[in-house]
Amino acid sequence: MSFDVPDDCRYLESHEWVRRDGDTAHIGITDFAQDELGDVVFVELPEVGESVEKDAEFGVIESIKAVSDLYAPVSGDVVSVNEDLFDAPELVNEDPFGDGWMLEVDLDDESELEALLSPAEYDDQIA
Amino acid sequence: MSLRTPPLGEAHAAAEAKLTEFGGWEMPVEFDSITVEHEAVRESAGKFDVSHMGEIELSGPDSTELMNRLTTNDVSALDPGDAQYSAITDEDGDIIDDTVVYRLPEADDAAFLFIPNAGHDEDAHDRWVEHREEWGLDATVENATTEYGMIALQGPDALSLLGELCEAPEDISRFTVAHRDVAGVDCLVARTGYTGEDGVELLFDADDSEAVWSALECQPCGLGARDTLRLEAGFLLSGQDFHIEDNPRNPYEADIGFVVDLDTEFVGREALAAAAESGVEEKLVGFRLQERGIARHGYDLAVDGEVVGTVSSGTMSPTLGDAIGLGYVPTEYADPGTELDVLVRGREKRAEVEELPFYGR
Repeated sequence: MSFDVPDDCRYLESHEWVRRDGDTAHIGITDFAQDELGDVVFVELPEVGESVEKDAEFGVIESIKAVSDLYAPVSGDVVSVNEDLFDAPELVNEDPFGDGWMLEVDLDDESELEALLSPAEYDDQIA
Repeated sequence: MSLRTPPLGEAHAAAEAKLTEFGGWEMPVEFDSITVEHEAVRESAGKFDVSHMGEIELSGPDSTELMNRLTTNDVSALDPGDAQYSAITDEDGDIIDDTVVYRLPEADDAAFLFIPNAGHDEDAHDRWVEHREEWGLDATVENATTEYGMIALQGPDALSLLGELCEAPEDISRFTVAHRDVAGVDCLVARTGYTGEDGVELLFDADDSEAVWSALECQPCGLGARDTLRLEAGFLLSGQDFHIEDNPRNPYEADIGFVVDLDTEFVGREALAAAAESGVEEKLVGFRLQERGIARHGYDLAVDGEVVGTVSSGTMSPTLGDAIGLGYVPTEYADPGTELDVLVRGREKRAEVEELPFYGR
């Protein structure tokens, strides 16, 4: 079984991705993570205006069989939340790096990105 | 301790099923996705490897008496080929395990076969042997768990699918069992199940597992879907909805009082007669969440901010699209329509008590 590991993202060991778009960055969970969880049925996310901190919990994801904490790969203020996931959490399974994104944050410190796993390093981790 | 593996272990590995530990066994939890497997069973048919379930056989002149004295229901009422849902209780009337008892067809060597839950087979066997000695009864008790393979075929199309492989499975009525030759394998075909759908459970020589499994051409299903299906149907999960140490419950509390026949003599009868007389203080209820969130085993149930009970099982129901659960509450909160709060990570989520089953045909 092989999993998508897009080149334009950086990764956390706990299977979250972050993709930089100028001053902000999008955050989600990886293809590997959604496959491990199975059918995602619930996502709990912070609200716009709250802040997240690198390596700290920012939310919870539940599949039918498991409950998992979500960890922030970077620190910053939340500028948008993917509200589609509240009614359609299965988007995380269907398109984890696209429509299944979770948060957009205003980056506090761009250098945090460099400390994360590169696509090649993350690919090795899940191999 | 190493995990017990089912006879189909290699087939499941080849199918790239995700595996999980359950009751000391390594079993498939998911083949494709729980939702896909669940829907197949509700809409057409699915097959489950349930070889982790125990099989205990009884034979000899005192088989009926031994069975009757260790299970709550009336075994003497069974004709050959009948099946019966029952409970195994301790002296306090608390459920050690629930089980299905088969009074085997006359031609069989053994008189009874009963099915303890995964990981309970050795304890059940020992319990039967100890009481046989204590009461001086003449019966042979054999733990045949490793000799049997067991597959459940469930869903509205289960019988027609099986009809292509054996003679007239529809002649086997609900809660009875008969022999059929399925794909060249002699099977006990029981019209029983754990999904809320019509279907059968097949028992056969473990060495023939591959032949039976591959002959059943339908969606393979894992324990994940088995759990969502049984929960929608309001069936209890041993060790989770009751547990002799962590959550001791008698059959009345667990809402399976129908398996107790107080006119028979059995271990726990006195305590249960007293409980039937006085009524129980807490009872298992079904509930459905009214807002986003999922109840899980061990979460608190509250009324007006005060914790009154505990969730024993909970999931997102694929059929209903709502989060559902089972839990124990004081009987004053057990009526359908009663509003409860489930405490999900410290936050109250509104739920409403609902009559069981959540889903039924």
